Amino acid sequence: MILERVRALMSEGVADRVLGWEAGESAYDRTPAFFNSENLDNLKYDSFCGCNVSKYLVAEMPKEGKIIALIKPCDSYSLNQLCTEHRVNREKVFALGVGCRGKIDVEKLRAMGVKGITDIAEDGDMLKVTTLYGEKTVARRDALLDKCLCCKGKEHKGVDEVIGESEETTVGDKFGMVAKLEAMTPDERFAFWRSELSKCIRCNACRNVCPACSCVKCVFDNPNTGVANKAAADDFEENMFHIIRAFHVAGRCTDCGECSRVCPQGIPLHLLNRKFIKDINELYGDYQAGEEIGQRHPVIDFTKADAEPSVVHQRGGAKA
Amino acid sequence: MHDNIIPMLGVVTEIRTDTPDIKTFRVEAIGGGKCFEHKPGQCAMLSIPGVGEAMFSITSSPTVKDYQEFSIKKCGCLTEWLHQMDVGQQITIRGPYGKPFPVDDALLGKDLLFIAGGVGLAPLHSVINYVLDNRKNYGKVDIVYGSRSKEDLLDLPEIQSSWMDPKNDMNVHLTIDRAQDNWDGHVAFVPTYVKELGFDPDKNVLVCGPPIMIKFVLQALTELGFEKTQIYTTMELRMKCGVGKCGRCNIGDKYVCKDGPVFRFDELGELPSEY
Amino acid sequence: MKKLALSALNAFYSKISETKTLIAPIESAGQVDFGVWSEGAQVRLDVLKTVKSAKGAFFPQVEDMVRFHVQGKNIEIDPAEVMDEDFVIFGVRACDARSFELLDRVFLSDPVDPFYAARRAHGTVVTLACGEPEETCFCTNFGIDAADPKGDVSAWIVGEAMYLRANTEKGEALIEGLDDAEDGAVGETQASIRAIAEKLPFGRLNLTGFDGDHLMERFSDPKWAELSRACLGCGTCTFVCPTCQCYDVRDFDTGNGIQRYRCWDSCMYSDFTLMAHGTNRPTQLERFRQRFMHKLVYFPSNNEGLYSCVGCGRCLAKCPQGLHIVKVIKALGVKDNA
Repeated sequence: MILERVRALMSEGVADRVLGWEAGESAYDRTPAFFNSENLDNLKYDSFCGCNVSKYLVAEMPKEGKIIALIKPCDSYSLNQLCTEHRVNREKVFALGVGCRGKIDVEKLRAMGVKGITDIAEDGDMLKVTTLYGEKTVARRDALLDKCLCCKGKEHKGVDEVIGESEETTVGDKFGMVAKLEAMTPDERFAFWRSELSKCIRCNACRNVCPACSCVKCVFDNPNTGVANKAAADDFEENMFHIIRAFHVAGRCTDCGECSRVCPQGIPLHLLNRKFIKDINELYGDYQAGEEIGQRHPVIDFTKADAEPSVVHQRGGAKA
Repeated sequence: MHDNIIPMLGVVTEIRTDTPDIKTFRVEAIGGGKCFEHKPGQCAMLSIPGVGEAMFSITSSPTVKDYQEFSIKKCGCLTEWLHQMDVGQQITIRGPYGKPFPVDDALLGKDLLFIAGGVGLAPLHSVINYVLDNRKNYGKVDIVYGSRSKEDLLDLPEIQSSWMDPKNDMNVHLTIDRAQDNWDGHVAFVPTYVKELGFDPDKNVLVCGPPIMIKFVLQALTELGFEKTQIYTTMELRMKCGVGKCGRCNIGDKYVCKDGPVFRFDELGELPSEY
Repeated sequence: MKKLALSALNAFYSKISETKTLIAPIESAGQVDFGVWSEGAQVRLDVLKTVKSAKGAFFPQVEDMVRFHVQGKNIEIDPAEVMDEDFVIFGVRACDARSFELLDRVFLSDPVDPFYAARRAHGTVVTLACGEPEETCFCTNFGIDAADPKGDVSAWIVGEAMYLRANTEKGEALIEGLDDAEDGAVGETQASIRAIAEKLPFGRLNLTGFDGDHLMERFSDPKWAELSRACLGCGTCTFVCPTCQCYDVRDFDTGNGIQRYRCWDSCMYSDFTLMAHGTNRPTQLERFRQRFMHKLVYFPSNNEGLYSCVGCGRCLAKCPQGLHIVKVIKALGVKDNA
């Protein structure tokens, strides 16, 4: 259905190329890919396309012509934010919203002890997993990506057209874990983050995938700054890296969850960003980055109703 | 102790300003003498702790008994620092690294043609002076050297007093890119001059300079009938270890630090031209 | 062959660690990686793939090389000590064990790397057969037998017991004192591992044409452009890979001298070949191509056809965008890979 629609849009001359996903070598590998009329048949959209492709549009902007981008509901927030920051020119993108009922995380299956996965078939709310060691049946909702458990809803924001149905997949309170961390003593919280962040191998996947990290050259890639991007000169450095990064994307992070999805060490990096989001909500009123193009997020938008800096200081991590 | 990657100390005993952006640094071991023996075309890693470490070709001939020299162009962090230091500064040095020019085998007894552009003379300087000190072991020697301007010609006083001295029996052909007032010599780019001079293709060629110059020199030599097996060059890429382990200076399956920096062009012909 | 009840493993770890540092796959904050064992550590021999490979035991992510003290124009050089204590690394899989042989080719070839050589000399490797190979495993392509891993000691888990076989004198010394067992005790387990290995989806890749003789053909393949396009340029594949060994050398001002250390580097990074005047690998295409050409063409070209890949499958499991060596082999290789 999506393929037909894309083909029709291209023959109408809406765009000359497509950004979506293609199937990889295994049952669940999906790689962001670009298509033209010749290789369009390789386009694949299914429950394994968890990756947010919106940032790939940045590199497409200098090129001529318009590109069709397949955008899931949550990805639409990233696209809007990139447009707000003038990293993507909305005029050059045809955003085709695609339906989403939550994406599957193979790591979750592995964590359940499902080994040797050779095929995964969807059967309503269940997954039939074929493995080297026989068949397994797993509830679909138990295998969803963490980011899907804090779904931003089934609505695509500001896309040109929507195709397919979406479901909201939220489970529980998205600020639940942040609240739990806030309730810890400073020592406990410090211990939590030290233990998580010390797993970091400085692969930079979180930064490279992050749609808010769209600097042309990252300060950590500049050899003259003295802050290495690949090794920790002391064992606190990688901790600081993540905290600095969270500060830099504060107010701009749409909570797309890609940082945690890509982390090879399973560090819940999104919790750092979510803490900022929670604080912003509490201090300045509810705010969702990327809801529409042209928003000014509270951290850069002064209003007379803003909390006084001293209030911000006093509140710290505690709830007002 | 583990001397292949741990440096030793050297001290800078003399600094000469050669051109507006090239200085030559004389380095001796603490207590005098050379830090180590080397062969023409080999390199060494020089470093100022906290600033950086990089590979430089050793400019002086192995026949010099008491010191080694490095002609270094100012272009990055470390080289800027080196250009600002004074005599007496200690530096760290390790080496020698890489394959030298085959002065004691393949080139022995042969007619030699040296072609250099700009600071590309630095690695050839070592070979030329080695040949000069063993003059009877080699045939006819021609040197084509060019730079942007007269001021940018490296080692001009030495070239004029030694290499051009008739008793050394070497033909030196100097050229600069653009005509200028105090220059009555040749004006042309190096590749053009090589074609104009029209050498017999019975020589072995040693060439070093900017990549674009090398490319056109190679074309000129091919037109003159030279084979790739007669032409040697020396390469430079980013290096960290100097011993073929850190993994970054490869061109195809060859490491410049270990399998080079001196390559015969037919060896490079089997490797990708971009890397 | 020796035998040890799984329930006695902890006591065995304890005994080893009385005289030597013991490194084992240990769970910490939800992830399993090789780490130093201490009483109470959660050893996870059931986990097939640690996130990072075992190479860190011999080639740590960060390693001090030399310290300088600078005073005015004078410099003092204080080289770091090489390792001089024995250690044991326990629970290494067959693929990681092969990676040590590949790393040896780099670090023990002339000139020998003193830091690596010292760690190799002081390390005893205890390998463990792979109970349940996963779909991401493809070690079979490289002649690795997951049912008979190399190392100083090879181990198998059968039921409630671990069987251990010493392959070297170092290995003998480590397991002497354990109960004797029949050599055939692990035969059945080996057969079942091999039966699974036969069924691995990527177990029989066609590697024809990945060699030094076809260097230019592989290098010039137009498919590199499309293959590399989605690459994030992160270092995940490099850092989880057991055979990636490129390193950077950096200086760190400690306030009390300059510490020169080396650290894992990634050819996927934009500064990998950066020089004062620029880089010779300006886009992700060149960087991506370098990584796979190194493993599949350059390394075998210099090492009698030996690939610098052991088929551990970590890159398959960990690349955020599903780009990995199997995809590259299939895309660039001969047709029947497709």
